[in-house]
Amino acid sequence: MPNAAQAQRYQGVQLTYYGDSVGIGAELDQQLGARFTQDTGIAVRVIPRPQSASEAYATYLRFFQARSAAIDVLLIDIIWPGAFAPHLLDLRPFCAGEIDQFYPALIANNTVADRLVALPWFADVGLLYYRVDLLERYGFAAPPATWEELEVQARRIVAGERAANPVFTGYVFQGNAYEGLTCNALEWLASVGGGRILERGRVTIANPAAAAILDQARGWVGLIAPRGVTTYQEDDARNVFQAGNAAFMRNWPYAYALAAGPASRVAGRFGVAPLPAAPGQPRVGTAGGQQLAVCQYSRAPEAAVELVRYLTSAPVQVYRALRGSFLPTRPAVAADPRVLAAEPFLGPLQAVERVTRPARDAGARYNQVSTAFFQGVNQVLNGADAVQLLPRVARRIERALA
Amino acid sequence: MSEVVVPRPRVPTAGAPRAGAPSLAARQARLAWLLLSPSLTVVLLVAIFPLVQTVVLSLTTARLASPEPARFVGLSNYAALLGDYLFWQSIGVTLQFAVITVSGEFVLGLFIALLVNAQFRGRGLVRAAMLVPWAIPTVIAAQMWKWMYHDVYGVVNDLLVATLGVLPANVAWLADPTTALAVVALVDIWKTTPFVALLLLAGLQVIPEELYEAARVDGASALQQLVQITLPLLRPAILVALVFRTLDALRVFDVFYVMFGERPDTMTMAIYNQETIVAFADVGYGAAISMVIFLIIGICVVAYVTLLRVEAP
Repeated sequence: MPNAAQAQRYQGVQLTYYGDSVGIGAELDQQLGARFTQDTGIAVRVIPRPQSASEAYATYLRFFQARSAAIDVLLIDIIWPGAFAPHLLDLRPFCAGEIDQFYPALIANNTVADRLVALPWFADVGLLYYRVDLLERYGFAAPPATWEELEVQARRIVAGERAANPVFTGYVFQGNAYEGLTCNALEWLASVGGGRILERGRVTIANPAAAAILDQARGWVGLIAPRGVTTYQEDDARNVFQAGNAAFMRNWPYAYALAAGPASRVAGRFGVAPLPAAPGQPRVGTAGGQQLAVCQYSRAPEAAVELVRYLTSAPVQVYRALRGSFLPTRPAVAADPRVLAAEPFLGPLQAVERVTRPARDAGARYNQVSTAFFQGVNQVLNGADAVQLLPRVARRIERALA
Repeated sequence: MSEVVVPRPRVPTAGAPRAGAPSLAARQARLAWLLLSPSLTVVLLVAIFPLVQTVVLSLTTARLASPEPARFVGLSNYAALLGDYLFWQSIGVTLQFAVITVSGEFVLGLFIALLVNAQFRGRGLVRAAMLVPWAIPTVIAAQMWKWMYHDVYGVVNDLLVATLGVLPANVAWLADPTTALAVVALVDIWKTTPFVALLLLAGLQVIPEELYEAARVDGASALQQLVQITLPLLRPAILVALVFRTLDALRVFDVFYVMFGERPDTMTMAIYNQETIVAFADVGYGAAISMVIFLIIGICVVAYVTLLRVEAP
């Protein structure tokens, strides 16, 4: 354990940690908490946070409103630092030497008014999944680098496959009116120079490049994407792809293990690549993931910081990558050969620029900003004209921030 | 001889109260207020108080879990509503849904009520069976229908495309804006027609059989009997059914929320209101939305009561 010596100074302290509640993450939290106690003498009570994100959000808000010391360390979503910042401890003075070992975009996301309110723990990022066998069969040497190439490849593959499989489709993504569509559409915007919704306090959504890519995406619906894609979330898209009914899919890394698993019809026949972009623009993926923060009202902030430093340390991240295929937040861990072998999608990810949602700028109003955005995009996908709609979306966002 | 005293007839004293004592009417009025006071207190607490509080909140910038105190802003929330295209759209969606479902449920419900009011074997069983859709919780029924309407593996597409061959290709019933409202209305009609039928059946059962006998003697056709006897005498039951259903349709939340979530082009007034208050914590603006919904529903109720005067002419 890298910071054992510093942590042992707080021996005998009792910490409460609201951690992961989903899948193997909850199990690893218990193990890592026990290990930390063994090495440092600091007792850790690990409590799984509520499974639903919105319920966890509300639970934390209630603790903060009561200025409660009942919670020391907490697991928070990448879009929450802006809203929670006033209640979280500034970690910068405690770990100044380590900050540059994390991805700068994630550190920037967690920095609110020059205070580093959380350390990035594990990441998530949007990726393009493609069928290696179909690309080969229809004579394409590489997965699409631009959205136009994606359209060309998808159209040709669909034309060929439809005869044998009437429900076969070209491209599936998350088009339902929810947070996932904000992630998808932010990638479209950022990949063509259409801005990032809200930049330096200004609403920049109503611009020609953004309107053009959204109108282009509307053209996919019912043509290279199924008509029902405007109701799809992550698992809807994954089920279509995994059943062998789609040539391309946009999804998070979690889909990799499942699509490669025994229940999948495409195991061994698919690959991952960065999402397409316009020529000259960066290949981007929306950043997701979880952060670890220390509550401002904790009675043992120093010990709590040591727990956060331990959990986000390189050895723990390697362990979690191997055990649970969690995506590291430190470039050095992502380059570790053991991790690369366990997470084959890390290779293509090196080329991906991670874009963050405007959660830090919008703060407590982020929900409202994101909802205005994904509702507008969903309306475009369902047939509305982006050029006319985007100014209205911009006004809604401005009103939300007023 | 003693004087004979002629007894005076007793004069009723009703018109001449003793000085200072309240009249019988006044005493009865006081008793009435006393007896009504518990219910009035309850109404005050559960209806009037929240209403007044909502009006007050709608004039402020109140937000949940906000460090800033609420400020009084007059009517500016209402002014913002005037320019809120999503709100207008949600009113349009809700009114369309109400018109389609209430008329559909009324026609079908009346038909079913007339049918099960007739004498036939197994009538009790049919009356019970007809209530099954109404007995399923809406959220579960809506989820079930959502799967049935699915564009890839839904049973509706399977039936219409593969089995019957009526349609050339699968239709994304819920995704496509041209079919979305119709199919969600269909779910509501399926679910709520039994309720309307039940209310109308109760009304049918109190119409005396002699009226129909007399009409038959006079040679009235079945249609004449329906128009001249059944419908006029059913008016109170029709009013109750329509008011109930219209109010429910205007407040609709669950079936839309399960099928469409926060999708904007299918958002009802109630979903927009919930989103504003719960997801955005914007209590002031949400209260203004609530007041407008309250007004719209109020107008509908007054319209019904005036149009379908229940009192005998």
